[in-house]
Amino acid sequence: MKSFAPTAIVIAVLAAVPLVVQSNATLNFLVVTLMIALAGQGWNILGGYGGQYSFGHAAFFGTGAYVTAILQMRYGVNAWPGFAIGIAAGAALGAVIGALTFRSGLRGSYFALVTLAFAEVLRIVASVAPITGAGVGTLMKLELGARTFQFQSRAAFYWAILALVAVSLVIAELIERSRFGTWLVAVRENEDAASALGVDARKVKTAAMTISGAITAAAGCFYAQYFLFIDSGIAYGTWISVEALLTAIIGGVGTVFGPLAGAIVVKSLGEATRLLIGDAPGLDLIIYGAVLVLVIWIMPRGLIGGFVDVRKFFGRKSVRQVRHG
Amino acid sequence: MFSAAILIPAVLNGLLMGAIYALVALGLTLIYGVLHIINFAHGALLSAALFAAFFAFKLLGLDPYVALFLMAPVFFVLGYALQRFVIGPASHGDDRNMLLVTLGIAVIIENALLYNFRGDTRTIDVPYAFQTFNLGVTYLAVPRVVGFVAVFVVALALWLLMTFTDVGRAIRAVAKEKLGAQLVGIDVGHVYAMTFGLGTACVAIAACLLIPTYYVNPGVGNAFVLVAFTIVVLGGMGSVPGAVIGAFVIGVVESLSGLFLGESLGQIGIFLIFIVVLLLRPTGLFGARA
Repeated sequence: MKSFAPTAIVIAVLAAVPLVVQSNATLNFLVVTLMIALAGQGWNILGGYGGQYSFGHAAFFGTGAYVTAILQMRYGVNAWPGFAIGIAAGAALGAVIGALTFRSGLRGSYFALVTLAFAEVLRIVASVAPITGAGVGTLMKLELGARTFQFQSRAAFYWAILALVAVSLVIAELIERSRFGTWLVAVRENEDAASALGVDARKVKTAAMTISGAITAAAGCFYAQYFLFIDSGIAYGTWISVEALLTAIIGGVGTVFGPLAGAIVVKSLGEATRLLIGDAPGLDLIIYGAVLVLVIWIMPRGLIGGFVDVRKFFGRKSVRQVRHG
Repeated sequence: MFSAAILIPAVLNGLLMGAIYALVALGLTLIYGVLHIINFAHGALLSAALFAAFFAFKLLGLDPYVALFLMAPVFFVLGYALQRFVIGPASHGDDRNMLLVTLGIAVIIENALLYNFRGDTRTIDVPYAFQTFNLGVTYLAVPRVVGFVAVFVVALALWLLMTFTDVGRAIRAVAKEKLGAQLVGIDVGHVYAMTFGLGTACVAIAACLLIPTYYVNPGVGNAFVLVAFTIVVLGGMGSVPGAVIGAFVIGVVESLSGLFLGESLGQIGIFLIFIVVLLLRPTGLFGARA
């Protein structure tokens, strides 16, 4: 049985970063990167392990963000339970969308389309409904303090998002080694065969979508807490659907560390272009799109998969050398 | 409010808009019918085509209806090349990868447009933009009527191509039975690319017909293509008559719901149709059971 050691080491190393790095800009960059990694891990549970490629994970991100923000601003709910309810709302939405779409047997292109449509409907509703602040968006009150989940120091936010990422990594690990995870992968590889062996594919996929929705919603809740402002274009925009799937695909679908590795690479690339060419609308997304196409083209199993291939390649070579020698 | 004087123009305008939708949806359904994937780059290609038509007019002084004859072949070649040299090789024959690659291309095109031209909305001024036909009960804008007629010409040409030419036969063969087509010597990669090229050419024609009365910005294709997705799903993926009928239905629904519910809620109406059809009858109204 695999141990949790790699996860623990990665988290410990990342947790030490603010002790070395003092720059607010760098910490801000890392916070956003980890937030995207979290959203990507949500996508990865459903898309990577379950093989159901969602093009509308913004639905969960936005729901988490709006629920947290609205509960605090309009109903005076404390930030912590607000955060938890935001996550629960994401899970509930995942369960509902999953139950509806998998009941109809939607797969592949159809599944991608219907998830996209749900995100779009939510975006339009949020852009006109009075409760979300409609076109103006929702601005949250600045009220620093641990009680309100608003920190003066970037490091505190960094540790908070890192804790969430750590939980998501452990969830992915647990899924990987559980019976549920085996079912999920079986459904991904061959749904008909899995069903023939008695796996309730619908239930398994819906459960995966519930977990997936909860994790991506957590990233949305964090976004609201961190930036204290959301509108329909941010919360339910295509950008987050694209970034969530991008990190998982680039890092390696269906691997525990894929989304984290993908987020670091993707965000670093975006930042590097910004430094080299300057800040211009659309530039980072051009790079992301190109990287997406290239990774699928050259490394279909992502960075983690590519890394495993390289290690195997060298491993085999050394065995051969030993034989010949 | 329910008087004929308001309803008739709304329905007629819905039908005219439906014709343009039909053209966009035709390209989408053609690609789905053969490659069995949804081309998520369709909307971005439409935005690109609208920009091309815009600059053909602004810089070269080409009337959109003249530019059409230039742009359709250019976009055919572009679509062919995209499928043959990028989407095909990049996706390693896996459907899910193909979806992602078209999404990646969409993101690249859309943001390249945004980067180059910013988010500004542009329009062109053609002398006939505000000319109308007087039908007695109402007036119809000349460019919209031209578009309506042109769509039927294109659909007829497409039908002739699919029915009577070798290329059309090869496309239909691959759509029906890919392996069998391969065994009798049809180059499937070539047919895929031809189909993608035809679908992209449809988008270019739609752009030329739209630009006299419409606007262009980097995201404009998206709004359009989501409507086109709805049409294709409603009509049954891969079904050409379904796409045309679905387009007219959606055009009228949009026009009427815009009239009674306002613009943004009218849009939600379309999405709700979309989701309900997908959930209850994913094969659409005219599609065969999968």
